[in-house]
Amino acid sequence: MSFVETTRPPSAEATKIADFKPSLLQTEEHHLCPGCGESVAIRLVLEVIEELGLAQKNVCVIGHGCYGSFVQIMDVDCTLCLHGRAPAVSTGIKRMRPEVAVWTLQGDGDMTSEGLAEILHATARGEDITCILVNNGVFGDTGGQMTASTVVGQRTKNTLDGRDPDYHGYPIVIGDMVASMQGSAYVARGSVHNAASIAKTKRLIRTGFERQLERQGLSLVEILTMCPTGWFVPTADGADYLMESLGKTYPLGVIKDITKQAEPAD
Amino acid sequence: MALKLLDGSEAIVEAAILAGARMYAGYPMSPATELVENMARKMPESGGVCINAATEIEGINIAMGAAATGFRAATGSCGQGLALMQEAIAEAALNETPIVIFNMARNQQDYFQATRGGGWGDYRTITLSPKDIYEAVEHAQLAFHLADKYRVPVIFLGDNLLARTQMGVEVEKIDFGPLPEKDWQLDGTSGGTGNSRQIWTFGGGKANNPGPGPDGHWRRIAEKFDMIAGCEARHEEVFMDDAEVAVIAFGTGGRFVEYVVRELRQEGVKVGMFRPITLWPFPGEALEQATEDCRQVLVFELNAGQMIDDVRLNVADRKKVSAIGGVSFDESGLNLGPLMDARVIRERILTAMEGVA
Repeated sequence: MSFVETTRPPSAEATKIADFKPSLLQTEEHHLCPGCGESVAIRLVLEVIEELGLAQKNVCVIGHGCYGSFVQIMDVDCTLCLHGRAPAVSTGIKRMRPEVAVWTLQGDGDMTSEGLAEILHATARGEDITCILVNNGVFGDTGGQMTASTVVGQRTKNTLDGRDPDYHGYPIVIGDMVASMQGSAYVARGSVHNAASIAKTKRLIRTGFERQLERQGLSLVEILTMCPTGWFVPTADGADYLMESLGKTYPLGVIKDITKQAEPAD
Repeated sequence: MALKLLDGSEAIVEAAILAGARMYAGYPMSPATELVENMARKMPESGGVCINAATEIEGINIAMGAAATGFRAATGSCGQGLALMQEAIAEAALNETPIVIFNMARNQQDYFQATRGGGWGDYRTITLSPKDIYEAVEHAQLAFHLADKYRVPVIFLGDNLLARTQMGVEVEKIDFGPLPEKDWQLDGTSGGTGNSRQIWTFGGGKANNPGPGPDGHWRRIAEKFDMIAGCEARHEEVFMDDAEVAVIAFGTGGRFVEYVVRELRQEGVKVGMFRPITLWPFPGEALEQATEDCRQVLVFELNAGQMIDDVRLNVADRKKVSAIGGVSFDESGLNLGPLMDARVIRERILTAMEGVA
């Protein structure tokens, strides 16, 4: 067993958190709670957009949730649309400007509760858009109430003893629904609960945008995010809680990739 | 001049496309169905897109997305479908997205819906109400012009007669004058420049270029609608110069009333017609002046009394105002009823005049 030598300073200079700010953010200040996973997810998307050379070739359509505050700090052309309607608004944008990468930023309340019809019909039409879903299983913006994606047993402000399927019904697994439809090109589920998952999720986002650029159809990248405030758990426990609760109902990985399916089997 | 025999719906679609409409996202509902049918046929031919939306809600949001990119976009239905669109109509007013909403109404019961609206916030919707297909061809183009001029949603209010009557028309492009450049359009090219664009109802702006915020933004929107109210009211008068009795009617009702008024004039009855062309802004000042010397102001509309509120608000002596219309549908409940008939209107005018010297 080898040990890291600690008697000398590290060879590389220490990096401040602020240095991780993607260039497509106008400021590193945001208004999300400590332990929130959304800011990490958005950072990954902005990095991918820049790396794909889409900084001046993209429009973002933002739904209603905590992430909505990024409408003021993301340095991309964007609109904050009505709750749940981002895939519809994106359809209008993409059909008029097919040369532009169009993406939505939605939470689970926005996509699976208020906007279920819009995401499914945009998928059915095979719109060439990339939908980013930040899924934490609660309405975080209003303080932690049940959404359509709250998992069985999960405590929220209006399922105080946990989501009871007999009383509250079952969660909608939107990723699987979208993957089952012909119009989707790519569906994947990542997470931001640890460094490895963050790196993996970035690759999923990148592939999602690539499928849009290839005009293969709709891509959905679902990102499980921590919401310790909305879950009523200590900030430091967010990552573990995420995997114990949502992680079991929403397994990580690529759910569908139309390009891979088209390739001959090994 | 070559006239083409066209259904009203077809003529409206041709006019909208001529005005540069590139997106129509609609949903079939009688009598607005022919609009989406014609759009589906004609839009692709002109390089545009017609989307058969899953719902009216999706349709208007698709149109808003298209309009946000700077292209002219529209949606449509009848009043029942516009009921579903109310949230988005308010949103378009408050986030300043210029869209056109065609309401091929089943009757005249959508006056309040069009002029008052059911969304949240201090907003109004310019509402154009053509009397016939000729004017509809003009309004289908004017609607897009006004939407772009003020960055507002504009409602085109027609009805089943307008949608389904065939007439010989020539659809010609009308030039309404220059428009401001769309320096707000989301074309995706401003990312990373520090000057990226934003369309947002709360008017927050960006970190390095803050907007007025909700309070300031909504004050400005309210001022904009005040300004529009002051300069965009349109109306038509027929024999109002020396009329002793004024009949107020809108849309197709104006066409019928005009016929009756001309007939009665030939018989020496001193009656005139005043027709609001824009239902909002309501031509209130013009109505006040036109009816100053009238002893009676009769309101003809096929509903339980909606426009009459605006008439009473503007005629100097509201005691002169009385209703001669009413609820009137055909047996299907989808079309204007037997009250929309020159003979009936004539009787109602003459009856109302009896005993009022």
